[in-house]
Amino acid sequence: MATEGAAVHVIDVTVNGVPHSTAVPARRLLEHFIRETLGLRGTHIGCDTGNCGACSVICDGQLIKSCMMLAVQADGCEIETIESLGDGPDGLDPIQQAFKEHHGLQCGYCTPGIVLNAKTLLAENPHPSEAEIRRALKGNICRCTGYVNIVRSIEAAAGAQGE
Amino acid sequence: MSTPSGETTYYPEVEQSERLGAWSGKSVPRKEDKRLLKGQGAFVDDLWMHRQGHVHFVRSPHAHARIVSVDVSRCEAVAGVYATLTGEEVGLLQQPFFQMAPEPAGLMKDYCLAVGKARYMGEPVACVLAESAELARDAAALVEVVYEPLAVVVDGIATIEPQAPVLHEEIGSNVAWHGLYDYGDVDWALEHADHVVRIDRLHFHRFSSTPLETTGALVNWDPGTGVVEFRSNNQMPMFAAMFIGPAIGLGVDHMQFSSQDIGGGFGIKITSYTYLTALALLSRKAGRPVKWSESRWEHLVASAHGNERTFLDIEVPVMSDGTILGFKVRAFDDAGAYLRYEPLGAVIWSQVVPGNYRFKHVRVDYTETLTNKCPVGPNRGYSRLQHLWLIERIVDVVAKELNFDRVALRKLNYVQPEEFPYETPNGCIYDSGDYPAMLDQVLELIDYEGARARQLASAGSGKRIGIGIGSTLDSGTNNFGQSRIINSALPFSGNGEAAVVRLDLYGEVTVTIGTSPQGQGHETTAAQVTADILGCSPDQVHVVAGYNKAANTYVGFSGTYASQFAVTGLGAVMGAAERLRGEIVKVGACMLGAEESDIELADGFVRLAANPQAAIPFIGIAATVFANVAELPGELADSVTLNCRYVYRPPFTVPDHETKRGKLTLTYASQVHAAVVEVDDETGQVTILDYAAVDECGRKVNPKIVEGQVHGATAHGIGAALYESFEYDADGQLLNSTFMDYHAATSLDVPHIRTGEIECPSPFTPNGAKGMGEGGGAPLSTIASAIEDALPHGAHIVYDTHNNAERVYELLRSAAAAGPRGVEVVSR
Ligand code: FES
Ligand code: FES
Repeated sequence: MATEGAAVHVIDVTVNGVPHSTAVPARRLLEHFIRETLGLRGTHIGCDTGNCGACSVICDGQLIKSCMMLAVQADGCEIETIESLGDGPDGLDPIQQAFKEHHGLQCGYCTPGIVLNAKTLLAENPHPSEAEIRRALKGNICRCTGYVNIVRSIEAAAGAQGE
Repeated sequence: MSTPSGETTYYPEVEQSERLGAWSGKSVPRKEDKRLLKGQGAFVDDLWMHRQGHVHFVRSPHAHARIVSVDVSRCEAVAGVYATLTGEEVGLLQQPFFQMAPEPAGLMKDYCLAVGKARYMGEPVACVLAESAELARDAAALVEVVYEPLAVVVDGIATIEPQAPVLHEEIGSNVAWHGLYDYGDVDWALEHADHVVRIDRLHFHRFSSTPLETTGALVNWDPGTGVVEFRSNNQMPMFAAMFIGPAIGLGVDHMQFSSQDIGGGFGIKITSYTYLTALALLSRKAGRPVKWSESRWEHLVASAHGNERTFLDIEVPVMSDGTILGFKVRAFDDAGAYLRYEPLGAVIWSQVVPGNYRFKHVRVDYTETLTNKCPVGPNRGYSRLQHLWLIERIVDVVAKELNFDRVALRKLNYVQPEEFPYETPNGCIYDSGDYPAMLDQVLELIDYEGARARQLASAGSGKRIGIGIGSTLDSGTNNFGQSRIINSALPFSGNGEAAVVRLDLYGEVTVTIGTSPQGQGHETTAAQVTADILGCSPDQVHVVAGYNKAANTYVGFSGTYASQFAVTGLGAVMGAAERLRGEIVKVGACMLGAEESDIELADGFVRLAANPQAAIPFIGIAATVFANVAELPGELADSVTLNCRYVYRPPFTVPDHETKRGKLTLTYASQVHAAVVEVDDETGQVTILDYAAVDECGRKVNPKIVEGQVHGATAHGIGAALYESFEYDADGQLLNSTFMDYHAATSLDVPHIRTGEIECPSPFTPNGAKGMGEGGGAPLSTIASAIEDALPHGAHIVYDTHNNAERVYELLRSAAAAGPRGVEVVSR
C-alpha cells in the first residue's frame, strides 16, 4: 500500500525563471513540489480542496490553485510564485506596495495568493470596478481583513498603474 | 458611586503618558508587511528540523464509541514508519489534563488521545510518525481500531435528560457547570412592570472563525537536555504550558515555545495544547523531531468550535414609557465533548451582563453541558457575543411587540454618556462611551431615512427591505480572578503582560514582548509608542517578531487573546521604554555634565534642551555603557543596564465567588452597527445592500490597524449570520467538514463596510486605549434585526443567529400560517 503512487517521473518546469529538471513522485501535488521540493515557502496551504486560494500561483500566465494540480501535470509549464515579485529580497512591486499602504493584509497567510490574483487581474483588466475586483477575488479566502482593504489596495494599484 | 458597603468602586485614576503623540495615533505602515507580502513570513509549516518525521492522526469516525482495541502492528511494519502512539500508551504516560471546573465535572479525565472511549467524530485515537507526510497518512490507514459504537447525544439541552448517554462516567452526568447569576430583583421587576414580554427560545449557533492557516507544530523532545521545544502556532503559550507541563511531568523551564508568523488565530488556536502534548510524547518515543500540519478537514472536525448557546423562557419587564428593567433567562451552553478552556465561558459572558443598557435586574440560570461534538474553544467575541445577541434580540422584540421605535427605545435604555464610569449590576465598571452618538452616526452612514423610504417603496415588489441595528461591547483586559466565580479553588487573578526595551551595543532600540500576534500588527504599534517615549522614529525601533519564551520575556498571562494588547502589551512596552528613557537620560546627563532635568531625547539623540547642539547619539550612550565601562562613574555602572523590563498589571481585585460580583474587565470598547438588507420573498435569500460599523475603542494607536480589525470582526459576524454554521446529524457526524461545504465568507459575501469615527478615551489605561479586535458580534445582532424588520406582519420572531435562505423562507411563510410566533406579551 505504501508504495502505491510512488512511481517517479522526471518533469521539466520553469519556476520564477529558473528551469528545473526534477524527478517527482506521481502523487505529489504541485503545491508540495513548490513548497517542499523547491523550498519556496511563500505559497501557502489553507484547505487542499481548491476553495481557499492560499496556494495560488501563476501557471503559463493563468492564476491556478496549485493544490488542484499534480506536479507531473506542470511538466513543460512556466510557473510564477510570490517569490518572483518585487526587486530583490527587499523590493516591493507596485501591487505589493499598494497592499502595504492600504493595510491590505493582516496575518499575511492569504496574501501571496491574493497578490498573485491581483497581478493576473490587472494584467487582463487594468481598471477593474469594485464589482470586478470582488468577483476576481471570490476564490481567495481571507479570514482577517473582511476584504475591504484588499479591494482598496487593488484599486490603488490599478490607479498607480494608470498614471 | 459606591457599593452598599460604601467602598469606592472605581479603579484608581491612571496617569496617562504625555509623551505619546508624534507617532502614536498615526496610521504608520506596518513593519510586518514587507516579509508577508514577499512570501518571506515564517509560518509553522515553513519550519523544519534535521531528522524530522511527519505525523498523521488516526481519528474516530464515530461520535461516541468504546475503543475495543487498537492494533498498530501492520502500520509499524511499513518501511519508513518511525513510531506510533496509541491512547492506551497515553493512558500510562499522561496524567489527565488539569480541569478548571469544580467537581463533579472537574473529575473529567481528558487525554491527548482518546483513552478507552472516543467522544466526538474526529477525536484522535492514535498517531503515526513516518519519513514523509504521505507515508504517514498511508500507514495510518493500516492502524486497525475496533470500535463499539455507543448512543450519541448532540443536543445541548436534551443531553441532561436522564435517558441521555453519559459521556464521562467519572462525572456521572453531562452537566459541566451550573450556577445562578442573580442581580437586582427580577421578581420584583416582573411584578411591577407594565408589560412582561415572554420569548420562548433563542438559539445561538455553532461556528468558528476558521483561521486560514490551520493548526500545526514542530516539536522536539531533546533527549540530551530534556528540554521540549514547541515551535507552533498556539496563540496562548503560557496557558498551554499550564496544561502540558503537569500532564507529562515537564517544568516550565523544560518547555520552550516559539512562533513567528501565525496565519490567524481568533481564539481557535488556544486549545491546541492537547495536540502539542501528543506530539511531545511521540517525539520522546521516536527520539526525533515531529512535524504536524493539520488538514482543513481535521481543523473543521477536531480543532475547536465556538460555543453554541440556547436561551429558554426569557421574561422581560418593561415600563409603559419603554424603560426595560432587565430580564430573566435560562441559558444552556453546549461545550462539546471536553472542557479545554471551559467552563470559563460560563462566567466570561458576565463581563457584559446588561449589554449597552441600564438594565438593573438580571437573572441568568446558566448551565453548561457536554455533547458528542467537537470541544469548543474561545472563538472571537467568546461567550460575550452569545449574551449580547440575546440582549439585542430582546430589545428588538420588545420594540416590535410594544410598538416602540427601535432607535428611540435603544436611546432611552442605553447607558448614557454622562453616566460613565458606569457600574453594572454585577460590579463591572464600564470605562467610557457614547452609545447614542454612535447610533446617530451609524444611521447616518446607512442613510436611515432614505432606507426607510426604500423599504416603503419596495412593498409588494417581492423584495423586502429590512433595516437592522446591533449594539454590542468588546470587553477587554480580563481579570482572570473571574475564574473563581466558577471555581473558588482556582489560583488565578488579575492579568498582566511583560516587555523588555533595551538599547543594544550600537545604539539600536530593541523591543521584545510576551505576546504571540496573528496579524494584529504588534511590531508596528509597539514601535510607535517606543519611538514616542524615546524620541526616535519607529524605523529605529526593532520589535522582535513573534513569541519566543527563551529569547523574549513573558508572564503567566502572556499570549495574544481577548482584546487586550493595546492595554496590557503596550502598557508593558511603555513602562519598559520609560525605564530605558530614564537610564539614557541619566547616562546622557553624566556625559554632558548636566542635570537630568536639562536633558531631552529627540531624533535619536540625547541633548541639552537649552542647547540642542550639545548632543550624544544613542550609539554614544550604548558604547559608553557596554564598551567604555572604565570611563563610566561607578554609581552609573551599578545602576544602569540599558536592558529594561516592565510588567504591566491592571488594578484588579479578586471578584467574589458567592455574590458573583467584581470588576471582570478593565475596558469596554463598543460597537453600533447598522445594515440594510433585501430579503427575497420567493426564496428567503438575504442580500446585504448597505452595512456600516461605528466602533469605539478609546485612543487609537494606529487607526488603520484598528479599522482593519473592525472590518475583520464584522466579516466574521456576517459570515456566521448568513453562511457559516457547523451542522451535525443525529449520529454526531459533522455534515460540513471541508471548505466545500463549510462556506467561509468570500469577497462576494462580505459587502463594503462603511466605518465611522468616535473616540472616548479610557480613563483607566496608561494610553487611553481600550483593547479591541473581537468586535462583540454586532453583525449577528444587526443581521437578525434587519431580517426581522423585513418579515411580513405576523411572522415568527427571528430566533436563531444563523439565517440561511431556508430558515428565512420558513420565517416568511410563518406569517400566513398564523401559528405561534415565539413571543407573548402580558400587559397590566
Ligand atoms: S490550499 Fe489550494 S485552494 Fe486552498
Ligand atoms: S490576512 Fe489573514 S487570511 Fe488574509
